[in-house]
Amino acid sequence: MKALKTLGYLLGLPVLLILIWWSATLGTVNFFVPTPASLVGTFGKVWFGERFLTDVLPSIGRLLVGVVAAIVIGVVGGVLIGSIRWLRALLEPVLEFFRAIPPPVLVPVLILLMGITDSMKIAVIISGCVWPVLLNTIEGVRAVDGVLSDSAHTYGIDGWARVRYLVLPSASPQILAGVRQSLSLGLILMVISEMFASSSGLGFTIVQFQRSFAIPEMWSGIVVLGLLGVAMSFIFQWAERNILRWYHGQKEVENAA
Amino acid sequence: MSSPALTSGGAAPRGERHHRRVRKVPTKQLLGVAGILGFLVTWELIPRLGIIDARYLPPASEVIAALVVDLGLTAFWVAVGETMKAWFLGLAIAVAAAVLLGFIIGSSNFLRKATNSTVEFLRPIPSVALIPLAVLLFGVKIESSLLLIVYASFWQVLIQVLYGVADVDMVANNTAKTYGLGRMARIRYVVFPTALPYLMTGVRLAGAVALVLAITAELVIGSPGLGREIALAQSGGAISGMYALVLATGLIGVLINVLMRFIEKKTLAWHSSVRSEVIV
Repeated sequence: MKALKTLGYLLGLPVLLILIWWSATLGTVNFFVPTPASLVGTFGKVWFGERFLTDVLPSIGRLLVGVVAAIVIGVVGGVLIGSIRWLRALLEPVLEFFRAIPPPVLVPVLILLMGITDSMKIAVIISGCVWPVLLNTIEGVRAVDGVLSDSAHTYGIDGWARVRYLVLPSASPQILAGVRQSLSLGLILMVISEMFASSSGLGFTIVQFQRSFAIPEMWSGIVVLGLLGVAMSFIFQWAERNILRWYHGQKEVENAA
Repeated sequence: MSSPALTSGGAAPRGERHHRRVRKVPTKQLLGVAGILGFLVTWELIPRLGIIDARYLPPASEVIAALVVDLGLTAFWVAVGETMKAWFLGLAIAVAAAVLLGFIIGSSNFLRKATNSTVEFLRPIPSVALIPLAVLLFGVKIESSLLLIVYASFWQVLIQVLYGVADVDMVANNTAKTYGLGRMARIRYVVFPTALPYLMTGVRLAGAVALVLAITAELVIGSPGLGREIALAQSGGAISGMYALVLATGLIGVLINVLMRFIEKKTLAWHSSVRSEVIV
């Protein structure tokens, strides 16, 4: 009974919305809005096949490489800048400025510097995604508990061990908050870099459909992007739950007390 | 009396550290300025020394000169105006819609549970996926930018409002109920003040996102504004001009951040004071 209730809450509204959509498009032929059935049909036809290999996989690959590189650079740089006070004071205004630049404007700049290549698209993703991770890591490193830090010092835990067992774990909630922001940013930048200058990839294909007025195909592309976003968000939530298990446990204990 | 003498051995280094920190306060700003100058000098040197061709990366001085020229041009300010108009309208619509829906959904347990899966599904959909749709529906007009901006900023605010409404203190709410406050009065005097800090965080995040989407829409779709100017400058080979516009967008981003923090501080001025009184 309880499971049924949960399922009802989970699926009730989506089913209702699809029913409304279905009945609204029933019998009418609206050029812009496909019926649910034709959308599902088109989706299968367009995306399960060669296009999956030539457009979807390379896009996902670039996204992964870009995001992972951005996370690594952001965390390493953040730990460095966060632990060295003068470096932080030196770089803070410059970093704040770079963060404030809307990442998509770097697409034309990087096209200019690197040409229209795969590495340009990865560079676009990195250049946008690195800031949330970097700045959050700096904040996280700065906020390391003073008592813990002093204890670690007293026990002679220094250097790499200090980073591994003290700094990274204490900063991880903040780092993951940054990663979450950079994931959605990465997806946006992947699409934009492909829409702007590319001959393959998801963004390119969707714009191509739109320009040739292949409306159901265009919608199916939008659905692919939506599913990608949703999948990334679920994977992230799963990873976050695992990485931060100790943290959530600690919060529960603190709240209970 | 003897305790200062006893702890003096321990206090000395702490005093020294404290002293050092006091001296560091003005140096922090100086270091920041030094950082900016260092960045500009590096930028100036990279093309001058031929590490990157000056045709692709003009020296900083040239770009700043181009920005100064831009500041005197009406066309530049028109583009800035268009961008800011899209930013403001989009943000305003998103905030209004999110606040209204957030309070409705948040105040009912049933609605919150029923909408959760849909919200979690729609939220991660990247708003740039709507670009083709925006082009078809509105073409290269401000409505295209608005569609993207509203979609992206709406979720930022809605999620925060939902958290905020959920944070309402049950004791306060029940007290208000006991004193005979109606539903509207409770929303006004209990729920709204609780949710306001969350709402302001959402608005601040949405402000940054809205600028990104405004520029993106202009860049990719070509609706009027700074983004379109950047795309035009790039395809027209006005390289210093393009870099100058990129700098301008960064400055606008900084200004929006500062503005948002200021508004947040002003609207929540009562907040910390109220809280500290409660604690006392």
